[in-house]
Amino acid sequence: MKLFEYTAHELSRLLRERKVSSKEIVKEYIKRIEEVDNKLHAYISYNFDNALLKAKECDKILSKGADNLPPLFGIPISIKDILCMKNTKVTCGSKILENFIAPYDATVVEKLKNNGLIVIGKCNMDEFAMGSSTENSYFGPSLNPWDFSRVPGGSSGGSAVCVAASESPLSLGTDTGGSIRQPAAFCGVVGLKPTYGRVSRYGLIAFASSLDQIGPFSKDVLDCALIMNVIAGYDEKDSTSVNIETPDYTRYLVSDIKGVRIGIPNEYFIKGIEEDVNSSINNAIRLFEKNGAKVVNVSLPHTEYCLATYYIIATAEASSNLARYDGVHYGYRNKSAKNLWDMYKMSRGDGFGEEVKRRIILGTYVLSAGYYDAYYLKAQKVRTLIKRDFEEAFKECDFILTPTTPTTAFKIGEKISDPVQMYLSDIFTISTNLAGLPAISIPCGFSKENLPIGMQLIGKPFCEGEILKIAYNYEINTDWHLRKPLLK
Amino acid sequence: MITQKEVEYVAELAQLYLSDKEKELLTKQLENILNLVNKLKELNTEGIEPTSTVIPITNVFREDKVKESFANEESLMNSPEKEKGYFKIPKIME
Repeated sequence: MKLFEYTAHELSRLLRERKVSSKEIVKEYIKRIEEVDNKLHAYISYNFDNALLKAKECDKILSKGADNLPPLFGIPISIKDILCMKNTKVTCGSKILENFIAPYDATVVEKLKNNGLIVIGKCNMDEFAMGSSTENSYFGPSLNPWDFSRVPGGSSGGSAVCVAASESPLSLGTDTGGSIRQPAAFCGVVGLKPTYGRVSRYGLIAFASSLDQIGPFSKDVLDCALIMNVIAGYDEKDSTSVNIETPDYTRYLVSDIKGVRIGIPNEYFIKGIEEDVNSSINNAIRLFEKNGAKVVNVSLPHTEYCLATYYIIATAEASSNLARYDGVHYGYRNKSAKNLWDMYKMSRGDGFGEEVKRRIILGTYVLSAGYYDAYYLKAQKVRTLIKRDFEEAFKECDFILTPTTPTTAFKIGEKISDPVQMYLSDIFTISTNLAGLPAISIPCGFSKENLPIGMQLIGKPFCEGEILKIAYNYEINTDWHLRKPLLK
Repeated sequence: MITQKEVEYVAELAQLYLSDKEKELLTKQLENILNLVNKLKELNTEGIEPTSTVIPITNVFREDKVKESFANEESLMNSPEKEKGYFKIPKIME
């Protein structure tokens, strides 16, 4: 096995046993990226020089003894290009921020640095995280490492590709309606969206503030737990971060799941699910049963209203959040405009891509006088009903199991001209953002075309540890997570 | 039914320039998207409280203390145009 194919915890062990240095690891990844990223396009920008400097610093500290150092000390990581890192570009996949330099660190980036993690580059994404394929990136799409004619999913597609194609052992993405879990499923890696409020959003460029959450991509569940230990926790700089204790997530990784109640929601097993997806999920359910879990049927009756609710709330919040891009203080400015009003309009018209404009228009429409009650307020009320569905279901079960997506990765260009079809690919993931719940996607099989299939496990609020436990039990009994794409 | 006039009005509210081609396409696509979201009208939501955030917080207060903030130069580092320590914009009044 090549060095870049190891998990982060394996690399950490090699570092501690002095079998390899942090600089060697970083160099190995740079080589790997230079070899494959011209095809895959997982990155928007690289941070190689700085990463090598950091690795050297880490090696110096490691040489004095690794006993008291954090577990991921000296390990490289990539981050979605929506997270601010001081004095480096953060584009959000948009022309409007093409040359924007972050003047400060996001809280998660500060935490990475404090734990000795080394940011090696910034990952490609759909513009402003709006999309499910990375095709909306101003810088061009990333490709699925399992089949270059297919999308990697999105919006955090670049992050998923990085981990799947071993261009970084770990990555951070963001999830507003499935933007971590859907690409994790399409690329065959582990992706976790934490509970809303678990991870600070300070320094995350906002899309839909009541739904956005930062979370990790990894090759296995232990790595997911280790990076959650780094990024989770209350932050006074984010008024929506919740001040409750953060557990050591690795403590949950025990194999015993006897008596755990798995809820299967009827509403998620609909027509239109690919046959291979269906059979992989059914096999997973049987495996859990064999390992002592109890399967119960639950109902989430408002499931069919989730997509509509989501597209009203998310676009309304987006239209408001994106009002700040006006060409005045930062970002792209149309210099030919003769007066202030034209400058606003033309800077925004030039700087935003098609999907972003579409969502600003829809969001502005549902918030405008005469429509506010019928759309926005109505959606907020339905959001209450969706949240209650989960509260009721969790009286009967400890976690809920669904497919992450109805299909495996679709072809590049297949859905880009039909927004509604594209929105439907998030149909199983958006409900947890509306309800604020934690959910993970883990690899659970492959289709006949050798495309990865993802299983989603949804937990009660702030029960990321419990989800990791179930995911870990599945992982140690299967080997889907060990398969590697051939890159073609 | 949404008209191109409505799209133009909303674009004006959003301070967003759209080309004629974009207006035409958006009018068509918005119609489809609104058909999707109109599904909510089926539901009776009388007496249901709206959810604006899922976490049980309201206002978050902090002490009114001066903390470190950006220097003038840092604040201006990304500005498209600046002059004498200020952001520069096109003329507002004739």
